[in-house]
Order: sequence, then C-alpha cells, then structure tokens
Amino acid sequence: MSDAILRAENLTKCFGGLTAVNTVSLELHVGQVHAVIGPNGAGKSTLTNLLSGDLSPTLGTIYYVDETHGRHNLAGMKSDRIARLGIGRSYQKTNIFLPFSVFENCRIAAQSRQQRAWRIFRGAAGYADVNAVAQRSLQAAGLGDRGDMPAEALSHGEQRQLEIAMCLATQPRVLLLDEPLAGMGAEESQRIIELIRQLTPAHAIMLIEHDMDAVFAVAHRLTVMVNGEVIESGTPTEIRASLKVQQAYLGDAHGGFHG
Amino acid sequence: MNPKRAWSLPVVLLACLSMLAMFPLVGETFYIQLLTKVMIMAIFAMSLDLLVGYTGLVSLGHAAFYGLAGYVLARVAPQYDSANLWTTLPLALGACAAFALLTGLLVLRTSGVYFIMVTLAFAQMLFFVFHDTPIGGGSDGIYIYARPLAKIGDTTLLNLQDRRIFYWFVLCLMAVVYLFLKRVLNSNFGRALIGIKINEHRLRALGFPTFRYKLASYTLSGALAGLAGYLAAAQFGFVNPEILGWHSSGSVLMMVILGGMGTLHGSILGAFAFILLQEALSNQAWFGDAAAHWQLAMGLFIIIVALLLPRGLMGVSSLFSARAKQESGIE
Repeated sequence: MSDAILRAENLTKCFGGLTAVNTVSLELHVGQVHAVIGPNGAGKSTLTNLLSGDLSPTLGTIYYVDETHGRHNLAGMKSDRIARLGIGRSYQKTNIFLPFSVFENCRIAAQSRQQRAWRIFRGAAGYADVNAVAQRSLQAAGLGDRGDMPAEALSHGEQRQLEIAMCLATQPRVLLLDEPLAGMGAEESQRIIELIRQLTPAHAIMLIEHDMDAVFAVAHRLTVMVNGEVIESGTPTEIRASLKVQQAYLGDAHGGFHG
Repeated sequence: MNPKRAWSLPVVLLACLSMLAMFPLVGETFYIQLLTKVMIMAIFAMSLDLLVGYTGLVSLGHAAFYGLAGYVLARVAPQYDSANLWTTLPLALGACAAFALLTGLLVLRTSGVYFIMVTLAFAQMLFFVFHDTPIGGGSDGIYIYARPLAKIGDTTLLNLQDRRIFYWFVLCLMAVVYLFLKRVLNSNFGRALIGIKINEHRLRALGFPTFRYKLASYTLSGALAGLAGYLAAAQFGFVNPEILGWHSSGSVLMMVILGGMGTLHGSILGAFAFILLQEALSNQAWFGDAAAHWQLAMGLFIIIVALLLPRGLMGVSSLFSARAKQESGIE
C-alpha cells in the first residue's frame, strides 16, 4: 500500500469538560475512500473540523505529505493554509455564498487556487482557466445547467450538490466530505456516489455518511466512532463482522447495515 | 437581468455627471462651494462603503483617516504660501494608508460590535492627540492660508484657488474614485472582499487568507478617506479636532446607510441627500425658528428611510421596478 497522504495520530479535542474526540488515529490514502461512521454525537464532524483546521486539536498530530508541498503538521494550522495545501472539505450544514450565482460560488472557490489578488484592475470573470475549473466542477456535481441561477434559489438538495462542487473547484488532493448525501433525493445521491467513485483514483477521500448503502458501496476502509472514540477500524467485511460494532453502534437494530 | 436596467444606470450616472460638470457655469458661489463639499463627502462615503458595504466591516472611526490627512496638509504646508499638490497629496495619502495598516493589524482581530468599538477608540485616541498636544494646535486647530497648487516647473497647471477649478478638480476625483472602486470590486480581490462580507468562514475554508484581504481593504479605504480629508482641509482652509471626532465618523456612516450600503452610487446619493437636507432643514429663511432644531427633522427622515427602505435610497428604484414587474405580470 502507498504511504498515507494524511495521517492523524491521537487526535483529541476537548470542549471544556467534554471530550468530543478522544485519541483518534486514522490514515487517508490516495485511491481510497475512508468512511467514518457512528451515531449522532460520535464526534465525526468534530474530527472533520480538526482535519480541515476549522478547529485546532487539544492534543495530537496531523501529518500531510505530498510531492509539491512536502510534509506538514496540520495541527494548529489555519484553515486557509490547510485548504491551500490541498485539503478540501464540504460542510454538513450547507455553507455557501447565497447571494452569489451558482457559477460564482464555484468560480470563487476555483479562484482560491490562484491567489492573484494583486491584479486589482483585471476583471475576476476574465480568467479562462478559473472559469473552466468552475464549470467542470459544476458539471461533475450535476449542476452544469444551473450556473446562472442565484444560489439561494436552488433547492435544498441542489445546494448540497453545490457544496460538493465548490469543494471540487478548489482542486484538492484530500476530500473531507461531511454527510454529502444528507437531504438529497435518490437520483442525486446516486450521482454523487458515482462521482465519489470517479474521484477515488486521484484523491484521498474521507466520507462521513449515515446512508449505509452508500458507505458500503464506495468505502475501502471504515472507522466506527462512538462517543468520540474509535471502537473499530477495518475493511467493510471486517466491520460487518465485528461484534463490537454491532453491539455499540447497531444496538437492537439486528438488520445490520442493510447491505 | 432586465436589459432596460442594464444600460439605464450608466445613462443616469452620465446625466448626473454632466449636470454636475455644468453647474459652476451657472451656479452661485455659495452653491458651488456647497456642492464641492458634498462631492468631497461622497468620496469619503465611498471609501467607507468599501469597508461597510463590501467587506462587511462596520467602522465608527473612519473620520480618523479623513482628519489625519487634513492635519498632514496643515503641518507640511508653508505658513503663508501654497503647498505643492504633487508632494503633499501623496504624503497625506501615504500617512493615512500607513496609519490604517498599523491600526488595521489590531482592529481587524475583532469583529462585529467589538470592531465598531475598537475603531471608535482609535479615532478618539487620534482626536486627543491633535486636541491635547502641540502637534495639532489644540481645539482651535490650524489654519491653511492658501490652497495647494499643482505646478509643473513654474507653470501652474491647476489653480485650485479658483472655486470653479477646485470644484471640477473634486468632481473629477469623485468620478475617478468611483470608477477605480468599481474596477477593484470587480477583480479577484473585490470578489473576495464581497465573499468575506457574505460568509467569511467559508471563504477561509476555501483557502483565502481573509485577514490579509481585510487588511488590504482597510488600508485602501483609509487612504481614500484621506483623499477626502485632504480636499476638505484644502477647501475650508483649516483643520480642527472636530473633523476626526466620532460625530464626523457617524455622519459619514449615516450617508452610506442612507444611500444604500454596497452600491457605490448609493454612497454618493447618500452624501448628497444628507448634506443638502441638513443645509435645507437648517435654513432659517425657510423654516424660521424650527431651523435651529434641524437635527430633529433629520432624525425623523432617517428613521423613515430606515423603516421604509431597508436598502437605503437606492432601494427606491427597485421599489419601482418591482411594481413594474408586477404590473407587466413577470412576477
């Protein structure tokens, strides 16, 4: 197996007396989808926030390695620098620029890759490369024909798609997807699952998702979290077979993971 | 967008510009000077709109830059002779930009209500520096006996002593500042500023070092406020601490809000409405004894605008266009 592009070790985040994430370690590899599952309040979103720099960990290290940037410890680094290193994230709660057009949301995301802010007299719409990335990202997320609409006019599901398109437009190597399918219809979900499959060979993906069908359809590895701790980590087959997971996470749901 | 509206704005602006340009040919001296003052305040208001309307930073200390530039001119101008425009204007703008950069490093660490308070605090500090130290000539301020001159060699290019030439000079600068800011706001830098106003957290998560963008915006805004302050000092021929007090900061913020935040022409409209209304309401010939209480009427007017037109006076046009759409059955 290739070396991990992102390796988190003993990540811990305390909010006052509450330990939301407790000594969690995980690795992300290019070419793999690493799903993190667990009941509500398990600390999955907090984990995403630690990796993306929205929160800084109380303890622990996050190493990121790639050819162009070398090796960095992301723990305590600001979120904009982490994003520029190539770690993109989508938000569980839709977090977009509502008054902008759909295209402009993606265009400004793509602009982040080329910080040419000193060119204060050149129109932002005139960068063909940026526009191309933005349009490609919209198309990938299934919003290719929605570019001119104001983002606030999109349906909830479409805003979720835009969230993912914006993440893609920053051209990350690592994708942190926090419940990308939440609130999407069946058809859109299927499209996003297909998109995740297409992205997998060139990206390292961390997927947080409650839809177990989707998780088992795309994940190469799973980490199961309960109360801020990892209770099991392994391949889909190992997780399905794990008694610990069935007891802690499934509780009385004998139906298992539907899959 | 409705094609009719796409061209109507430039046409309206050009019409206003040409009317303003022709005014000195027919207007009385008093009104030429009044409109000069209004246009200077319009530059001041646009500089604040860059912060308030486009970057989402509500400053209540913007007069600090306005006043600082005036004091720079007053300090460097020779006592009974004209200062050189080519050296004193860049010096004043540079001083304001530097002051904005330094204070920006501190004030931009706060946000919301705290930002309002800290910007106010810095402006008040500067107020007392000029009020209580020998630098600023105390509460009486400093006189500037002659307006700056724009010379090349020995020939005077612009005789700013002439009230008409000064008027046109200010008009040109107002137009230049407007076009400059339009251009800047349409660039990558400007789009990022608007992004900061809408959702700074998300913009940072996309990889934008938002602090640097805000600092650049704050610095640019301070320098442009300095341009207005320099012109005002040149026009009135004196500076005193009042021009950088919180009243002055409050008035310009009122102009921006009155006109409609986030539209540069709204700031110009706000400056015109605010100052002309102030002038009219305090006119004893029109309102008699009530003129002494012009602030009461002004306050009522602002409350009415705030209640009826949440987007400021610029919102009037959209009221009409919304009705037009309804009538034609588009919406």
